[in-house]
Amino acid sequence: MKIKGAQVVCESLVREGVDVIFGYPGGAVIPIYDALVDYPLRHVLVRHEQAAAHAADGYARATGRVGVCFATSGPGATNLVTGIATAHLDSSPLVAVTGQVPSAYVGKDAFQEVDVTGITLPITKHNYLVTNAEDLPRVMKEAFHIARTGRPGPVLVDITKDAQTGEVEFEYPAEVDLPGYKPTVRGHEGQIKQAAQTIAESRRPVIFAGHGVTLANAQQELRQLAETIHAPVITTLLGIGSFPRTHPLCLGMSGMHGEAYANKAVQGADLLIAIGMRFSDRVTGKVDTFARDAKVIHIDVDPAEIGKNVPVDVPVVGDVKQVLESLNARVEKADHTEWLETVHAWREDSEQRDILNRETDDMLPPYIIRQIWHANMGQAIMVSDVGQNQMWEAQYYLHDKYRSLITSGGLGTMGFALPAAIGAQVGCPDDEVWVTVGDGGIQMNIQELATVVQEELPLKIAILNNSYLGMVRQWQELFFGRRYSGTPISSPDYVKLADAYGLTGLRVTKKDAVVPTLKRAREIGGPVLIEFRVVEEENVYPMVPAGAGISSMLRRPMADVDDDSKAGRSPNEEAS
Amino acid sequence: MKQTLIALVQDHPGVLDRVASLFRCRNFNIESLTVGHSETPGISRMTLVVDCDSEAHREQVVKQFHKLIEVTKVIEDATPDRAVYRELALVKVAATLETRSAIIQLVDVFRAQVIDVAQASMTIEITGDEDKVDSLVNLLRPFGIKDLARTGRVAMLRGGNGKS
Repeated sequence: MKIKGAQVVCESLVREGVDVIFGYPGGAVIPIYDALVDYPLRHVLVRHEQAAAHAADGYARATGRVGVCFATSGPGATNLVTGIATAHLDSSPLVAVTGQVPSAYVGKDAFQEVDVTGITLPITKHNYLVTNAEDLPRVMKEAFHIARTGRPGPVLVDITKDAQTGEVEFEYPAEVDLPGYKPTVRGHEGQIKQAAQTIAESRRPVIFAGHGVTLANAQQELRQLAETIHAPVITTLLGIGSFPRTHPLCLGMSGMHGEAYANKAVQGADLLIAIGMRFSDRVTGKVDTFARDAKVIHIDVDPAEIGKNVPVDVPVVGDVKQVLESLNARVEKADHTEWLETVHAWREDSEQRDILNRETDDMLPPYIIRQIWHANMGQAIMVSDVGQNQMWEAQYYLHDKYRSLITSGGLGTMGFALPAAIGAQVGCPDDEVWVTVGDGGIQMNIQELATVVQEELPLKIAILNNSYLGMVRQWQELFFGRRYSGTPISSPDYVKLADAYGLTGLRVTKKDAVVPTLKRAREIGGPVLIEFRVVEEENVYPMVPAGAGISSMLRRPMADVDDDSKAGRSPNEEAS
Repeated sequence: MKQTLIALVQDHPGVLDRVASLFRCRNFNIESLTVGHSETPGISRMTLVVDCDSEAHREQVVKQFHKLIEVTKVIEDATPDRAVYRELALVKVAATLETRSAIIQLVDVFRAQVIDVAQASMTIEITGDEDKVDSLVNLLRPFGIKDLARTGRVAMLRGGNGKS
């Protein structure tokens, strides 16, 4: 039986196990939207296409499945671009379907025509322009295969209107035929043996876990490795959740805003076991001062990441889960108590400096984040935005749960959190989903409050309002002589705004109201927006200044200093 | 250091765009790029000359290149001792009755060919490695080169390597 191209798209989605699409209709995708009605596919209408891509991304990260978004040609497609780039930098599996003008008009500057395959060339794992319905079954099959296998990533399928309406004898291919695409899954046994040998010889090992652990569902294997070889585990920002934060071997995050003891552990290690991470500049700081005494074992599914930023002694290319299984079979039980004691001694110093120990009635964002953690007992899916709120969330919410942090790491996309949380909540309806976001980020995609209400999603949105674009303000304070250029920002009345959109709005201005308000927010069944009026000029510490080595940290001030005096707040610089 | 890479790619629309985009995004410097059909229908063959500043850099270029879905094979050992390189150039040079025979003499020495003669110019075809092409071009320059078209390098592994 012949069916239309638009139906092929829907049939393919059903066969790929898709149950929800985030999108926004327009002239060039009307045939696909028309076909959609007849298929068991939920459509979530966003208020801006950027949010469709972020929501599909958030869905993918929360569930491990491929996220799907739809947009029309031209402006619909270009609005997806930031979302696609976000997914690309964080290796999130996404299939974006865009409509295109009829093939006869392609290249004629037709109404709402844009070369979206050209635009998205550098920000997709692969993309397609389909001008013939005949090609659609193969292309859809390939798109999902490419998006979810190897190093996952976004794939865009641009479909001309005549390809959507053209008829085709539908047969969904069982296999893909991609001679140039054969991701390495099994690690090279010789290399794994070499890795096990290197681990056995190490006295000060550190495991460095990244997003690849989560993407490969390898959290059990990671834990087994860490416990067997008795090595502390540091995560990247996106590695948070791949190893329980409260586990005695967990040192939390390292890098630009990592804990000082985690950075010291990296610098003091004689072996780094890097797993599913890519040594970004936010992790390494000045690269030629990074972990100079350490050998490096690098396990990653993408061979191009090996040796890209940091020289590697033992590369192992393959699926992280499978490689760790093989490695776990080869490593010997070890005892590194002495090394761990050294690291824990550094940790005590950090704990003394902890902001939470500051005796104050000020509304400090770290306190609020920690209280959110207490309130939802660490069981929520947290979706953080970008900037100070993101770093405080990463530092003060103790993520024990797998896939419990969703954030834009690589691209650092402000405005990501709210739409990504929509995707996460749609994908995980039984989970409690929280958004932490600044007053800058929330205003970048605030229109999505309408989507939250229309879809009846019980999101809890915590806005940390400090009246500044906080992270840039922090850089201006520390490195640009407090010249606050372009960073003071006003906000709407968030409580009234919530009311206008039809969700509950709460405001907290005093520290002693934080806990009761969080309790109340959780008791309300529907979506709640809480504005926390926090201290305006609080900084995220520790901090490695851009371009410095990770040993040169601006530390938190000691907790016992008089915190009313601004001088007492100035960070202690430490160079070792 | 200049590296010669040979790539087999699926002959799809936009493939050249992907290769060019990759090299631009990754800040790799292409000296030359030639593309044409290979012995297999549906597969094109590219020869790239890339300026790499280290072995690690060369490795990155190859690995990133491999990540393109439509690239089926990258031959990275097309070094001068293992491969043959050729380039073709067309040179339109000003020629008068007085200079014509001198030019033809040069053409003969280089085993090049005259493929077009007009009142005031001659067009010469030369094939060889870059040095040979450079030499002839330099020798023709005093006569007045009106137009020059060079293909860039094409490369093939020698038969004795046990590889294609």
